[in-house]
Amino acid sequence: MSEQYRNNFLREVEANVEEGEWVKRCMQCGVCSGSCPLGPHWEHPPQELFMMIRAGKRDEVLKSSSMWMCTSCYNCIARCPRELPITHIMHGLAHYAERLGLAPKNQQTNKFAQRFWNNLSKTGRVNELKLTLSFYFMNGFMAGVKMSLNMQKVGLGMLLSKRLNPFEILGGHGCKDSKGLQAILKKAREIEDAKIAKFQG
Amino acid sequence: MAKHNYSFYPGCSSQKGASSSNQLRSTQTICEELDIQLNDIPDWNCCSASIGYAGGGELPRLALSARNIALSEQAHPDQDIVATCAACWLATREANDRLNENSGLLANTNEALKAGGLTFKGNKKIRHFVEILIEDIGYEGLKKPVTKPLEGIKIAGYVGCQTNRPFGIDGESFENPLYLDKLIETLGAEPVENYEKKVSCCGGALMFSEPEKSQALVKDIIESAYDGGADMIVTPCPVCQLNVEVYQEQINKKYGTKFNIPSVYYSTLMSVAYGRSAQDAALNGQVIRAIKLEEIAAKS
Repeated sequence: MSEQYRNNFLREVEANVEEGEWVKRCMQCGVCSGSCPLGPHWEHPPQELFMMIRAGKRDEVLKSSSMWMCTSCYNCIARCPRELPITHIMHGLAHYAERLGLAPKNQQTNKFAQRFWNNLSKTGRVNELKLTLSFYFMNGFMAGVKMSLNMQKVGLGMLLSKRLNPFEILGGHGCKDSKGLQAILKKAREIEDAKIAKFQG
Repeated sequence: MAKHNYSFYPGCSSQKGASSSNQLRSTQTICEELDIQLNDIPDWNCCSASIGYAGGGELPRLALSARNIALSEQAHPDQDIVATCAACWLATREANDRLNENSGLLANTNEALKAGGLTFKGNKKIRHFVEILIEDIGYEGLKKPVTKPLEGIKIAGYVGCQTNRPFGIDGESFENPLYLDKLIETLGAEPVENYEKKVSCCGGALMFSEPEKSQALVKDIIESAYDGGADMIVTPCPVCQLNVEVYQEQINKKYGTKFNIPSVYYSTLMSVAYGRSAQDAALNGQVIRAIKLEEIAAKS
């Protein structure tokens, strides 16, 4: 067997992270970081994350809040001279960190994104009212009341323009075949779990 | 039967009582004028947008879009899939492209779909509704139904992110797409020239989780519209529309600004220019009223 020179973490990212096989192609130009609307707020901007992956800094990358700053604006993808699908890699890194339980616990976008997924996978469609309330009230009842009061006028505006329906709380929209949809998602998750379990480094 | 038929993916926020139900209403109005029929994909599901990634891995998210495409293939085999929502379009097209390019992912996705009795074939085109308007109807065709040109109104064409990147409308540049400005002119209004925040990000879903950072982005988008002399902002994207419209009061409080500028869908503009009622144009769906459009709609 020929020797493998690339470090384990790079190979782990290539095997288990969405579009991870692109990481090694980054040429460190920094256009992604300069193009990001939340650029100044990243602990480690994308090109730094790519270099850290290549340097084997597993914990520093996966425990970072950085990837959770991605607004999915796709500026970095549009501008990357080497055509790396950076947005997708950031989503992939964030998901992988969460899946391994390494993502920062109090990261707000992580919490919102998790609630978004749970909300949609229940009925097959997003219930905007329940999603919003579950996010506002995630830090307890009083925090939720405070948050709701802050957002009162926004909510009222939406209500009056008929773009928020209070009765959604009772159930609301959903797929007829939500059972079938859930079976599909369960199977997809199983296939992905098996693939990740297979990676030995 | 209408002249133009499409398999339509409406998306969660277009549903009755949801945040972009006004976009769907005005879209239906312009479809009547342009002889377009949108046939809903039966039992469609959420695309997981761009924020579903925390809980959903690559395969479950691809499977969501693949289910929609498979249902469309069954129900409307000869029709392109069309979405009005930027995130719906992006996720569906991304999944379609990736599954067509990667046989491993395709096999895994179809194995998952089998659990719901479906198969993805992948021979469909996934198009944005704006592409339908520009490519299938054309600016000349879009001008024909105009009975009330939007004269004297200056509008900032805010294209935003996901209608523009990574795919964009065919033939347009990422940095300065021109179709929205052309559409504004087609309807008789005046576009803000060199609107510098035309393709800037509004924060998207991070408006919930990072409100301060996102509101700072929206502040710049609105400021630049005012500086260009705009009476209103127009956008194709449900998240852009919402984020730019409903947080103005909070931004005013924080930054001492006096923002009160309407943010409307292009379909609302078109409905008014086509002589339709305020109701058909979904003007009652505005949180910040578009008075100038209401006045035109009220004229007989």
